[in-house]
Amino acid sequence: MSILTIARLELLLARRNMWVATSVVLMGLFTTVLTLAGGAPTGTLGVDPLIVAITSITTLSVYLVPLIGLLLSFDAISGEAERGTLALSLTYPLSRGGILLGKFAAHICVLGFAIAVGLGLTAGLTIWQYGMADLSFAPLFKLFATSLALGSAFLGMGYLVSAMVRQTGVASGIVIVIWLVCVVLYDLGLLGALVADDGGYFTKTVFPWLLVANPADAFRLINMPDVSVSVLTSGLGTAGGASGTIAQLASLLLWPVAALFAAWMVFRRVEP
Amino acid sequence: MIENVVKKYGNLEAVAGVSLRVEAGERLALLGHNGAGKTTLMRMVLGLTPLSSGTINVLGDKPGSRNARDAIGFLPESVAFHGALTGREQLRHFARLKSVPAQAAEDLLERVGLSYAADRKIGTYSKGMRQRIGLAQALLGKPKLALLDEPTSGLDPISRHEFYDIVDDLAAGGTAVLLSSHALTDLETRTDRIAIMSKGLLVANDSLGALRHAARLPIRLDVTTSVDAADRVSAHLGGTRMNGQSVYLTCQPDEKLGKLQEIMALGNDISDVDITPASLEELYRHYSGQQGDL
Repeated sequence: MSILTIARLELLLARRNMWVATSVVLMGLFTTVLTLAGGAPTGTLGVDPLIVAITSITTLSVYLVPLIGLLLSFDAISGEAERGTLALSLTYPLSRGGILLGKFAAHICVLGFAIAVGLGLTAGLTIWQYGMADLSFAPLFKLFATSLALGSAFLGMGYLVSAMVRQTGVASGIVIVIWLVCVVLYDLGLLGALVADDGGYFTKTVFPWLLVANPADAFRLINMPDVSVSVLTSGLGTAGGASGTIAQLASLLLWPVAALFAAWMVFRRVEP
Repeated sequence: MIENVVKKYGNLEAVAGVSLRVEAGERLALLGHNGAGKTTLMRMVLGLTPLSSGTINVLGDKPGSRNARDAIGFLPESVAFHGALTGREQLRHFARLKSVPAQAAEDLLERVGLSYAADRKIGTYSKGMRQRIGLAQALLGKPKLALLDEPTSGLDPISRHEFYDIVDDLAAGGTAVLLSSHALTDLETRTDRIAIMSKGLLVANDSLGALRHAARLPIRLDVTTSVDAADRVSAHLGGTRMNGQSVYLTCQPDEKLGKLQEIMALGNDISDVDITPASLEELYRHYSGQQGDL
């Protein structure tokens, strides 16, 4: 009950603070552009145009979904502590886990709505351009579900940071670093290691697991299993996907749970 | 309710062994200079800050437990809300958290005189208005214990008066009220008991009259004399001659009546007498100063 109350308030706040509008506009704009731009070269190739769009949107979502997730969550606790609203909330009869879950429910709704609008636009535009025939929508739903999982992971990380530091400014700095590491630097590091290793032990056994351990990469692999490897480096064969779909799914599901759990553990000890 | 509570921050003892009880329907004022440990004490009762030692009992429950939190209304010092919400939205949110019907939130908005601004964003409220929202949320669900931390700071005298009216009603309804304040003059008439903290210790805890008695602070008598009689009067009574027409003297509470008789015996030389018992401020200085000397 109190979880719903918190979620309701957070949704109201997200609407007032323009977070809903911002996320929807961001996702809608980028998916529209990618769908239209992606459609241009494929018309003659005879590939399912939706698959092409989804491939581009996956690449985009790897950057955008974690970013929106972190932006929604970084001041969830530190911001309230700084404003002074946290102490009062904590004197009300509801658990800290309840506060966290309520915020999470609201934020995942905002994120889900933005992603749904974006992917809905993609589906609508593709149908408008090519008609219903020959389109398979299953990958679209897979993209939606895994985007939610990816977003949840980064929401959880945002809460964790937010509970650990007292200042919103510090929290925002840390989440930017997390974002950079997860979606850019991690891949660059792995790429460097691959080049140095030159197809040895690391490339064959350690690398696939390291790749899938990053939720952003797991998300990329699961949504574009063929393209991802060639994006990273050529001549790798299927090494990147060797961890398999189960490992990718496990990574995408474990990260949100672990991050939220860690956030809850830290939040429990916060003295407002 | 509070027994021998200690809170240490490193070597600093913010609260050093305080024992205190608040009964149902009682208004207890907690005084003390900044950093005396008042807020820390309240936070421990709320369960926001863990105790270093000692026990706190909130109506039979541990501080911070669900039962305790259900029973407590809290108004924090410099209360803050989400500026993007309206007063009504914020109060209804708190009502839902306390499982109180929304109508109670409406009634309280009316009670604290904020109905007219209920649909404005809290970000546009003045400090006094935010304080009223804060008081309203503390009253939600008729708490058994109300903790009010510096509730009247930033309120104008009239708002302050209205505030104490609400506190009186609350106590009359059986709520135990523990409030801290710097506005000493209000507390003189509007509380049942006064506890004074100094450097983490409780240095006084009694009704105002009893504190006055125990402190044995002098009563001040201002005698206004008829024209040019001041010299004669001060020669007779002792005391200090202030100007041509007034004499100022002090006495202990138990000497008061005798002194008054002496004054009355002077007949036509006296035109008026003002009696001022030690004010709460003097008492407060007396008790917290005493501790400072130790």
